[in-house]
Amino acid sequence: MPGRTPSQTVGPFLHIGLTGQYGFREVFDATVADQGVPGTHIRIEGRLIDGSGNVMPDAMVEVWQADSQGRYAHPADGRPVASNSFRGFGRCATDRDGGYAFSTVKPGCVPGPNGSTQAPHINVGVFARGMLKRLFTRIYFAGEPANASDPILALVPAERRETLMARPDPARSNLWRFDIRVQGGADETVFFDA
Amino acid sequence: MTDMYSRAGNAADPPSLYPDYVGTRTRSPKQPLVIIPQTLSEITGPVYGHSDARSEEADLTKQHVGEPLGERIIVKGRVLDEAGRPVPNTLIEIWQCNAAGRYIHVVDQHPAPLDPNFTGAGRVVTDADGNYQFVTIKPGAYPWGNHPNAWRPAHIHFSLFGPSFLTRLVTQMYFPGDPLFPYDPIFNSVSDPKARERMISRFDIETTKPDWALGYIFDFVLRGPNGTPMENRDFPDQD
Ligand SMILES: [Fe+3]
Repeated sequence: MPGRTPSQTVGPFLHIGLTGQYGFREVFDATVADQGVPGTHIRIEGRLIDGSGNVMPDAMVEVWQADSQGRYAHPADGRPVASNSFRGFGRCATDRDGGYAFSTVKPGCVPGPNGSTQAPHINVGVFARGMLKRLFTRIYFAGEPANASDPILALVPAERRETLMARPDPARSNLWRFDIRVQGGADETVFFDA
Repeated sequence: MTDMYSRAGNAADPPSLYPDYVGTRTRSPKQPLVIIPQTLSEITGPVYGHSDARSEEADLTKQHVGEPLGERIIVKGRVLDEAGRPVPNTLIEIWQCNAAGRYIHVVDQHPAPLDPNFTGAGRVVTDADGNYQFVTIKPGAYPWGNHPNAWRPAHIHFSLFGPSFLTRLVTQMYFPGDPLFPYDPIFNSVSDPKARERMISRFDIETTKPDWALGYIFDFVLRGPNGTPMENRDFPDQD
């Protein structure tokens, strides 16, 4: 059995190879679902904040999600997705204010372990200088009735679940806010180990 | 529900907090990770095909009018899982500094020359047997601000996907015999010496092309199936 290749930090210069900022053709961007994809189109915006309370302008966020019917564009799902143009993956480098933003559709409920159902959620990977390996979290949607029976949220201490909830912006419809605190006190974002 | 992917191999990874690498002190969670089962959301991930990379993107020496300065090298190898099976059709992205140790990135202020003929970015998709190959130039060592007289060993940054969200890997490939290894906290954040060795490429005379380029071989091992292969006939293969 060959041993696994260890993770190393993405470093401060990730933009050269992973985003289009230095003239290399970009293959991923922050549009997870274009306008032709069926579903409720939403925007997710947030900031990354470190343990000193500083924003993280040199980070990268990747998202992976199901379509509006809760289907993944991957053979392990097996059910057809609602649109062939939906890949379900997005990537966004943070800006000088530590901000990121994705345009997508709200995912549907996804099958969970042992016949359960997972509430709508988006898997998130965070990469940055100072991070030796990816941090994995999930975006859930505040007020979603299915959250109450989500098998993954049930594993999170009740007082920490709030850190996983995107909140609707009262000023703009279909805009959800989700900040990620990679290190903090009680407000540190929950990160997962799968 | 049993795990589709092994967790044991994750022991090769560095910890999130490695104080000698100063940046980790404020960018590592203080709360323990919440251990969760591997659901459909984790055993799926973005799917790639050969249209996602163009042939010229595998040769970092041919992206400009002239050729970059430096030692031309071939870097090739295979992407495997922990069961030793090839990982086909998976996207590999790389970035690196030039031969003088300078990135084109605006944040890089190292007073070494930029090379107008070198961007330092590349992309390939593995073939049906998990093979990949890049042509580039050997990156230089460069200083950084972590501690007094801190220098990074020469390295190429690699990003790989594999068949699921859980197989995602970002790492760095190093070169054999680098004298900076003992002083580099990023390299040494991997505590197991055998795992550290797996980040070092190997010079290969067979890969070396006469009068043209030195050859290095570097294989990747991504997370693989949990348990014995016989029990994992349902393990997803990417098409
Ligand atoms: Fe680097």
